[in-house]
Amino acid sequence: MSLLEIRNLTTAFGTESGQVTAIEDISFGIEPGEILGIVGESGSGKSVTALTVMGLLPRPPAKILSGSVMFDGQDLTKLSERQLQKIRGPGIAMIFQEPMTSLNPVFRIGEQIMETIRAHERLSPRALRDRAVQLLAKVGIPSPERRMDDYPHQLSGGQRQRVMIAIALACNPRLLIADEPTTALDVTIQAQILDLLMDLRDELGMAIMIITHNMGVVAETADRVLVMYAGRIVEQSPVERLFDAPLHPYTRGLLDCVPSLEHDRPRLVAIPGSLPEPARRPSGCRFRPRCAHAAPACAETLPILAERAPAHAAACIRLPEIAAAMAEPA
Amino acid sequence: MMGVALRRLASALPVLLLVSLITFGMMRLIPGDPAAAIAGLSATPQQVAQIRADLGLDQPFLQQLVHWYGGLLQGDLGRSILMGRGVFAVTMERLPVTLGLSAYALVLTLLIGLLCGIAAALKQNTIIDQLAMVFAMIGISVPSFFLGLVMIIVFAVHLGWLPTGGYVPFAQDPWGWFRSVTMPAISLALLQAGLLARITRSTMLEVMRQDYIRTARAKGLPYHQVVFRHALANALIPITTVVGIIISLLLSGAVVTEALFSIPGIGQLLTQAVLNRDYPMVQGGLLLVTGFLVLVNIGIDLLYAVLDPRVRYE
Ligand SMILES: Nc1ncnc2c1ncn2[C@@H]1O[C@H](COP(=O)(O)OP(=O)(O)OP(=O)(O)O)[C@@H](O)[C@H]1O
Ligand SMILES: [Mg+2]
Repeated sequence: MSLLEIRNLTTAFGTESGQVTAIEDISFGIEPGEILGIVGESGSGKSVTALTVMGLLPRPPAKILSGSVMFDGQDLTKLSERQLQKIRGPGIAMIFQEPMTSLNPVFRIGEQIMETIRAHERLSPRALRDRAVQLLAKVGIPSPERRMDDYPHQLSGGQRQRVMIAIALACNPRLLIADEPTTALDVTIQAQILDLLMDLRDELGMAIMIITHNMGVVAETADRVLVMYAGRIVEQSPVERLFDAPLHPYTRGLLDCVPSLEHDRPRLVAIPGSLPEPARRPSGCRFRPRCAHAAPACAETLPILAERAPAHAAACIRLPEIAAAMAEPA
Repeated sequence: MMGVALRRLASALPVLLLVSLITFGMMRLIPGDPAAAIAGLSATPQQVAQIRADLGLDQPFLQQLVHWYGGLLQGDLGRSILMGRGVFAVTMERLPVTLGLSAYALVLTLLIGLLCGIAAALKQNTIIDQLAMVFAMIGISVPSFFLGLVMIIVFAVHLGWLPTGGYVPFAQDPWGWFRSVTMPAISLALLQAGLLARITRSTMLEVMRQDYIRTARAKGLPYHQVVFRHALANALIPITTVVGIIISLLLSGAVVTEALFSIPGIGQLLTQAVLNRDYPMVQGGLLLVTGFLVLVNIGIDLLYAVLDPRVRYE
């Protein structure tokens, strides 16, 4: 049974120009111990998906219009704030993009870890502190005992993200949501943090949902990938298959943006145009205005996500034509 | 921490020097003659001149100034012309009255301002928010002397709950003191409470939007801990600065309030001194009050460092 099972989830925001849906009809699951990557351009709804699961969106303006988020036999969309507080931490934990601002500047980092444990378990002060020191050691903070009493501003960005991970791990979550955990960090630190996340998965067996707009991060970490575009899932596939045989034109476009070593020179082809704002989405397929393969039929219906190969689904009505066009030598 | 305090004390010296210079000059620039005030209407010009010579007022400006600073260096603030007693002793007699009133008003300001501001922020755009902000608006826009008058008419004259004026020393009768300064304290506090409520509201709203609040919620902390620990600890940093200013405003506002409610505080003392051209009293009294405000501000700076580790470790 899946650890997390999301069915037909639609979340909207009330704005001045009326209600707009940030994510629409999202369905996917995560297995225990699995690393699921979610990719897509900025504004495609990745964070809204994660925050809906956590119940952390401000309501209003956010509103869950339909769907369910099953975790541990409970529908998280139906739980009260108080019940959700029990899930956050030991059930699902989350780390964020901005390590510089995600820690509270006025509390010592040790305290920020310990209060997380304190909120969910009864431990003696001694045991509490020991556990926090162990957590800091586990995420690779040198001389953790001394670091306990540091304030966030005394740490580098990479170290702060490690502390965020320590906080997330504090209650042994079964699912860790990492929303662009490395975007704000420089490249070498990025690789270290990703390695750490994968080691922790292997060691603790928790599932990880890693959100990124970097295909390289996906290739390196994920077992399975969701590609989101304008609030909808357009492709879903095991990671090797996605890179070997992408189906959706948007996914192909994203992959073309990744510098590849197999070609003589890096192919950096940006997808023309930009993501439509939620209120200005086109009829039919949302990717249509930017798609090289668009046909009149694409404007008529919203393509549904359908399985084209085992575990590999895409939402596009022109897949045969695209495959044929790609097969022809240009 | 001690270093910060000492540095701030040292940098306060120019402030005190400037204030003393300005008051000294101002007193001599405004028309009027303390000697004439003492001598009375029936005095002959010779008598007035004699008194002026006794007080050293016939000497050139600079000489008077040097004489005064010479006294200050020896810790002598001079004698009040009107009362014939040491300025320091007289000020220390009256200062506690004003401080008591201001402290009472400060407690009211903090209670009302913080509670209204936090409640309004947490219940943004609800009826609670609107009520709190209307209340703050009233506090800010109604002049405190007018509020004082209305309160005297309603609570003292019509209902007879509180005395119309007069002052009962705390040491003599605590309950009597409480009754005698309640209306003055309210009329003094309401303006500041209104300001504080609005600043607290906007600060809390700003803080509640921060990433670390989202982190605190993502950890599964209970709501009250998110608000009263994580948010408030950060909001208090800018609020502390405002409270420092509020203390200064309360002390200067006390001048008007003391006159209205006939409370024998420092405000009344200095008003009398100015009206009677009691030069040493005005100069010395103001210098002491300024010194006290400087100390309060140093205290606020230290509190700031306690609240904000980023300041402490600089
Ligand atoms: N609080 C909000 N109020 C109104 N609209 C919002 C709000 N939060 C997000 N949205 C909208 O929801 C859509 C999806 O945003 P989301 O933050 O999920 O994108 P994302 O994929 O995480 O992008 P990024 O890579 O920039 O983090 C966007 O169009 C955004 O404008
Ligand atoms: Mg995002």
